[in-house]
This record gives sequence, structure tokens and C-alpha cells, in this order.
Amino acid sequence: MDATEQSVKPQDPSIMAARPLTDSPVEPSAAPAAGVSLMGATTTADGPAQELLPVVFQVKDLDVYYGDHKAVHDVNMSIRRNEISAFIGPSGCGKTTVLRCFNRMNDLIAGARVDGDIEYHGVNLYDPKVNPTEVRRRIGMVFQKPNPFPKSIYDNIAYGPRIAGIKKKADLDEIVERSLQRAALWDEVKDRLKASALGMSGGQQQRLCIARAVAVNPEVILMDEPCSALDPIATGRIEDLMLEIKSEYTIVIVTHNMQQAARVSDATAFFSTEVNPESDFRSGLLVEMDRTNTIFSNPSDTRTENYITGRFG
Amino acid sequence: MSATTQLAPEAPRSDEIARSLTGGSMARSRRFRNTTASVMMVVAFLVAAVPLAVMGAQVFSQGIDAVTSGSWWTSPIPETGRADLAGSEQMQDLGFGDSTSSATQSAGDVVLGMAPAIVGTLLTVLGASLLAIPLGIMGAVYLHEYGKTGRLAKLIRFMTDVMTGVPSVIMGVFIYTVWVLPRGIDGRSAFAASLALACLMLPIVVRSTEEMLRLVPDNLREASAALGTRTWKTTIKVVLPAAVAGITSGSLLAVARAAGETAPVVFVIGFVKTTNWSFMGANTTLSAQIYSQQQNGGELSTQLAWGAALTLVALVLVLTVVARAISRRFSTQ
Repeated sequence: MDATEQSVKPQDPSIMAARPLTDSPVEPSAAPAAGVSLMGATTTADGPAQELLPVVFQVKDLDVYYGDHKAVHDVNMSIRRNEISAFIGPSGCGKTTVLRCFNRMNDLIAGARVDGDIEYHGVNLYDPKVNPTEVRRRIGMVFQKPNPFPKSIYDNIAYGPRIAGIKKKADLDEIVERSLQRAALWDEVKDRLKASALGMSGGQQQRLCIARAVAVNPEVILMDEPCSALDPIATGRIEDLMLEIKSEYTIVIVTHNMQQAARVSDATAFFSTEVNPESDFRSGLLVEMDRTNTIFSNPSDTRTENYITGRFG
Repeated sequence: MSATTQLAPEAPRSDEIARSLTGGSMARSRRFRNTTASVMMVVAFLVAAVPLAVMGAQVFSQGIDAVTSGSWWTSPIPETGRADLAGSEQMQDLGFGDSTSSATQSAGDVVLGMAPAIVGTLLTVLGASLLAIPLGIMGAVYLHEYGKTGRLAKLIRFMTDVMTGVPSVIMGVFIYTVWVLPRGIDGRSAFAASLALACLMLPIVVRSTEEMLRLVPDNLREASAALGTRTWKTTIKVVLPAAVAGITSGSLLAVARAAGETAPVVFVIGFVKTTNWSFMGANTTLSAQIYSQQQNGGELSTQLAWGAALTLVALVLVLTVVARAISRRFSTQ
């Protein structure tokens, strides 16, 4: 379970091999690694110049309980800035549960409890002194099902900034336009900003939700299976969007779609479930987290290999 | 191949499938049951609708003369003592008359009016609404957005249900005891009636509002929370606007219910025959007039009671229609 530690070390040979170093003086031509072609995806080929970016979240021995039931246990991982980190794994393995710990959304679920530390810039998010509202302002979230407010497109985007105290119409107008442009939605909706957001298509609604999250200028955006309700074309647009905005945000995405993880992410965490033989309760755990290329080409755990090669799940 | 030949005889033939889909005695009995159920539903509807129609027609035919007498909406309630004995022509025309007492007073002298009760009804209901609706909505917000399944919330929810079941006359006695008695004769007022009606409306508003809040999807609350919004602001900006149609119509139905209540009002409001625009001092309402005029007996009183009944029904009808219109308007947005 020290996969996290491995991935932190830059001298780890698997990382060096799998990950192209565009401005590294060492072996530049060896960059298009085997992993890329195996994955059938090339998005990481023009990835960030720096090998390992600073850590934003450091998760230490995280356990999450719902009532008495331990839903996830022993999660240790690092999430790095300006990267897309993907959580994959079978249903019920706790991917979403862990994701919702990052902005304390689990607080809203009665009976949810967390053990262990999630350090965000060195501050444990579950410290009693931490204000969860401020956490959520800095760490935005996009949900599985598009959930625009039953308000106009404009009011959806302006909602967060208004809550944050921005009142001047000119400022709000600018934020709305910038956010919609960032979400690649501006050209489609600029003539009907006053129309209800509920009249948009599912894909548009999800991009609106991304624009709404972006409008409060968060540092991190958590995405909980953002494409599971969308068709492949809309999914493709969301993925392009994620790759475009990752230079400004840190993104953590939960996905059931392994191809999606391979296409967009820089690091991948594989979660699995194990059944407690005594209580017969299923519980999730983090099997390993590594660079995406490594996970998909040369995982260190056989469970990961079985899952990604389709032998189970 | 051998598997195919083995399975073939067991598979249903297509003509059998066709027969089972379209015909047979099953279909006939099902059609019969369907018709029977439909007829019974129509009968049940008529059983429910006929008394309503008869009541409506009765109130309308008995009350319409008084209500359309011109002075009804503006004049004070006439003294009924002398008029009862008059047995005037007008009374006979209305079918009430006896001819025993001859004309100490002519028909034209009786000016039918109900303005004090109309004003009193509007005042008491307005007062009760201002007391009960904000408090009830806040209570429902506490129950659904904050208390949830906690012990205090469960207790409040239970007590609210108990309060819904308390007979309305008890509310009248309660307010009479705690508000009217300590103040003596001055205690009887529209405000006291408002207090009694508010006690009656409060549980209705709380429970109907909580039901409406339950209909607001949780993913809207999550969306708002994920943008760094506190719960109270989420409630004001997202949850209540999404539920406003249901809350409005629920509250207006509680208002309509309160407008028709008699028992809690007659204890605490006193009695006047002239319009009193103040919350303080004795007042009267339509329901109180129906009750006391009916008790009084006599032709003029009976006519006044029917007129007050029609006025009240019309008022409640208007409120209900407004509630419908508001909820439709909000829900199509």
C-alpha cells in the first residue's frame, strides 16, 4: 500500500519510462513510451513540462464510515497541482466517497464520519477549526447528474459570485462571460442568457455546471462521473474541456470508464472492494495510485492488472 | 443441431401466441371488470359531487337576494329584534313571512348589510396569516433543512401532528383563557381571534411546507453547497424559491380553512354591528354572524345568515382559485 510513496519518487524507473519528458535533457527521444501506444491514447504526450508537480492533497490513512459500516479504508495518496487525477474501480469501491471527502460534501450525509487526514496545503481538512464552507468555495464540484438550478443560465453562473459578495452587474457580466467561454459554452448560449437552464441539453447542462464551478474561481475541481449521463460526443467535449482547463485547475475525476481515465488523466488511482469474511460487509480500499501510463501498462498489483485487462469487474 | 430439434416442439407456435394475445375468455372477463370499475368510479364521483352541488345551490338561492341587495357590502348589520316581528312584505316574498304582525316597519326600512363581518373576517384572517405563515414556514425549514431526523425535530413533528388533530373549539377556549380573560371585556377583539386562528393554521402550514421542501431535489442543495454556500443561504436562494409554488398554495388553503372557522372565533371576538377596522376592540366575522344570526332565529336573521354564508363561500372560493393560479404560474416558470 505504499504506491503513493513510489509515485512521489522521481527516480522511480517505471515513471521515467512511462512518462514523456518534453524538456528533459535526458533521453528526450525515448519519450513516447510503450504505455502510450498500449493505451491507445496520446493526451499525455504533450503533458506538463515538469515531471512531478507540487502536491495539493496529501491523504493519510483515510477511513470513511457510514454509520457503523466502514465504506472505505486505508487510503493514502497524493493529488498534484494542475494534473488530472482519475479514480477508477468497480461499483461500491468508494471512489465517490473518497472524492466527496476532498470538499467535505460527506458532511451533508447523516451518519458519515471520517478518520485519518486529508491535508490540503498542509491543513487537515477535517480539523475542527476548518470552515467547510470555505473549503467548498476553494474546491468546487461537478456532479454525476447535471444539476443546474431552476434559474436562468446567467443566474446559474452568477450564483456563486453573488454568494461571495460580488454585486456590481458589470463584474458579474464579465465573470459569466469568462466562465461560459472557459466551459466552451459561450457561443451556444450568449444570445439566450436569460433563458432557463433547464431547457438546455444534458451535455450543455453539464458544461454549464462546470462553468458554474469555475465561476467562483476554485483551485480544485472535483468531478464525480461527470460524463456518465452523456453521449459520446458530449463526453468528448467535456474531456477536451478538462484538458484545456487543467493548466489553471487541479482536477480529480471519478470515472467508470477506463478509457476516459486513460485518455485524460495524468495519475490514476485504482480502488477495489473486499468482503470481510466475518461480517459479510463489502468495503472499499485503494489498491494503488500511480502515473496513468504505469497503471495501464505496468501496474504493480495483480488486482489492478486483472481489472484493466477486463478479467474481473 | 440436435439441440435445435429437441427444443423446437416445446416452443409456442405463433398462432397460439396470437390467440393468447387477442382473444379468449380471459379477455372478456377482463373487459367486464374494467367496465364495472369504471362505472363504480363515476358513481363514487357523483356521490361526492351531488351533496356539494346541492349545498352550493341552496346557499346561492337563499343568500343571493341579501348579497345583491346593494347595501350588503357597505352597510352595518341591521338590528334584527324589531325586524323579526315585522313580517314585512319582503320577508313574505322570500318565503319566510308570517302575516301576524302588521307593518310596524316597512320592508324598505331594513337595510341589509354585512360590512362589519366582511371587514372583521379579512382582519382576523390577515392577522392570523401574518402570525402563522412566517412562523410555520420557518418551522418547516428547521424541520427539513436543519433538524432532519434529530430528536428535537421528531418531537416537533409529532407535536405538530397532535396540534393538527386538536378540535378548533379547543383553540378558542385556549385563547379565551390566556388572552381574553386576563383583559376582561376589552380582551375580546379581532386580534384574539387572529391568535386562535393562527394556532389552527400553524400546524397546517408547517406540514404542507415541509412536504413541499421534501420535493426539492437534494442535488440542488448539493450544487449550492459545493459553491461554498451556507445552509441558510442555500435555503433562501435555492430551496425556498424552488418550493414557493407549493408553499403558497398550501398556505392559502390554510387561510381558507381559517376563514371558515367558527368555534374559535365566537369565544374571543365579541359582537358588533358596526364596522371596526381595528385589531383591538370587539369585532365580528362572517362565520360568527352565520352562527349567531341562526341562533337568534326569525326571518331577518335567517336571511342575514344565508347571505353571510354565501359571502363566505365566495371568499373561500376566490382564495382557492388564487392559490391555484399562483401555483400554476410558479410551476410553469
